[in-house]
Amino acid sequence: MNRLAWILLLAAGLAAPFAVYPVFMMKLLCFALFALAFNLLLGYTGLLSFGHAAFFGGAAYVTGHLVKHAGLTPELGILSGTLFAAALGWVVGSLAIRRQGIYFAMVTLALAQIVYFLALKLPFTGGEDGLQGIPRGFLFGVIDLQRHYAVAGKSLGLNLYYFVFALFCLGFWIVHRTIHSPFGQVLKAIRENEARALSLGYRVERFKLIAFVISSALAGMAGATKSIVFQLASLTDVSWHTSGEVVLMTLLGGVGTVLGPVAGAFTVVTLQSELSFVGPWITVIIGGIFVVCVLVFRRGFVGELGRILKRAL
Amino acid sequence: MEPCILETRSLSKEFKGFSAVADLNLRVGRGTIHALIGPNGAGKTTVFNLLTKFLTPTSGTIHFKGQDITKEKPADIATLGIIRSFQISAVFPNLSPLENVRIALQRTTGDSYRFWKSERCLRRLDARAMELLDAVGLADLSGGVTGELAYGRKRALEIATTLALEPELMLLDEPTQGMGAEDVERITALVKAASANRTVLMVEHNLKVVASLADRITVLQRGAILAEGPYAEVSQDPRVLEAYMGSAHA
Ligand SMILES: Nc1ncnc2c1ncn2[C@@H]1O[C@H](COP(=O)(O)OP(=O)(O)OP(=O)(O)O)[C@@H](O)[C@H]1O
Ligand SMILES: [Mg+2]
Repeated sequence: MNRLAWILLLAAGLAAPFAVYPVFMMKLLCFALFALAFNLLLGYTGLLSFGHAAFFGGAAYVTGHLVKHAGLTPELGILSGTLFAAALGWVVGSLAIRRQGIYFAMVTLALAQIVYFLALKLPFTGGEDGLQGIPRGFLFGVIDLQRHYAVAGKSLGLNLYYFVFALFCLGFWIVHRTIHSPFGQVLKAIRENEARALSLGYRVERFKLIAFVISSALAGMAGATKSIVFQLASLTDVSWHTSGEVVLMTLLGGVGTVLGPVAGAFTVVTLQSELSFVGPWITVIIGGIFVVCVLVFRRGFVGELGRILKRAL
Repeated sequence: MEPCILETRSLSKEFKGFSAVADLNLRVGRGTIHALIGPNGAGKTTVFNLLTKFLTPTSGTIHFKGQDITKEKPADIATLGIIRSFQISAVFPNLSPLENVRIALQRTTGDSYRFWKSERCLRRLDARAMELLDAVGLADLSGGVTGELAYGRKRALEIATTLALEPELMLLDEPTQGMGAEDVERITALVKAASANRTVLMVEHNLKVVASLADRITVLQRGAILAEGPYAEVSQDPRVLEAYMGSAHA
């Protein structure tokens, strides 16, 4: 991608809250970051995790709890949630990377179910109700994230939006840098031919584990941010539905592309909100769209676009 | 015989009671080209997998430069200086040929865990990678898609990648398999040149290649050594003629 395209995307992100409802836009960004984190594993390391909600939701609870009950500022709250997700990722990753393919996915799913169970039973999570009323607080103790500005007759929560947008950009940059680093080259080699990477002397398991930790940390950052935006951490965030959704978003947008997960997350979240009037049938409709897309655009939207333009997006 | 660089002592591997490698005592002389031949299913690839720890031996030990390496992990074997190729060509299909070779060069740089550094720092390896690609006749294809290369070219790339790590001991599993005559000649010359300052242990079905390259030959049958010696000797051995060459010339 050339510099101009990046600048345009950045400008679009900065202007978005004046065109789109900011809370909706922030939801898009959180899920896009989640999908980016997930794609680091599936797209660039070849590992299918089916338990990424554990990091997303786990971090949401930790951040919510610390902000609400320990009075942490939002940035420290999110940092704590992210570190928690990294540590959890280290545990889950250590156990899962010994297995290959579908067994890897099953181990991540099983461990994520344990996290779900804990979220249901532990006292501080609020059980079925979730952890509600998480304060947005003051960024660095000074900037009021609740503050709204009157712009052209609308009241916009711009402080919070730009905070979330900055976090998204940070996460995006980390993923982008990781992919295009010497480390990322080894990850791609492992994805392409694990035995060969091993025979060249790369400690494949260690690379996979580091990738897993980076991915779970960023998934945690996405969930932690979401808990500040919606002032809520709930069981949905840790459920296997959410783990499945991120797989869907990534495949839809284009696995192994930089922008694919963002496009996929935007598509799924937008469809969910636009079609919310149809009720539970939404799952069927999105499922149907997914099947059609997988059949028509095998590489996802962005993957197919990249093939037509003959460049990596 | 030259001092021995690699030695196996009573090396055995059983798959659910089936003995693929049985009580193998193999000695590879330093600086030689040693060929491992034998009919299909003789256990040649299994020996390679044992030597590089892709498989764990049922019993027996492996020694490299006098050191017992039986308990090492595959990545450690590579770090010690033993690099293998695979019977089924092993390349990174969605990386360019240049990147394939560079991955190998990168291994020894200490940059490989740096996820915060730009991959641009790898460009310093490009010149060496191009040299290696040039040596196998792939210089003008360096930026293409590896997955789309012809089979013979992939094998050549695999050898370039293997050589990039300057292995002390190079294990080649049928490097000329499935190649046209021209490619076979190219690979033969390449292995010859590469063997100048290293040891090569190769599995090879093409007896012309074996005859022109190997200093010493071990014939394997049902996981055990049937005969061993220089080509002239082994090729006259009646048991070998019956078990292996007989069928090859039939
Ligand atoms: N992982 C495995 N599990 C079970 N049996 C195996 C395994 N690997 C190899 N074998 C068996 O061990 C025997 C030796 O196989 P190997 O691949 O080592 O033969 P080879 O000499 O390399 O043959 P070829 O010339 O066909 O490559 C064969 O009978 C094979 O079926
Ligand atoms: Mg074989």
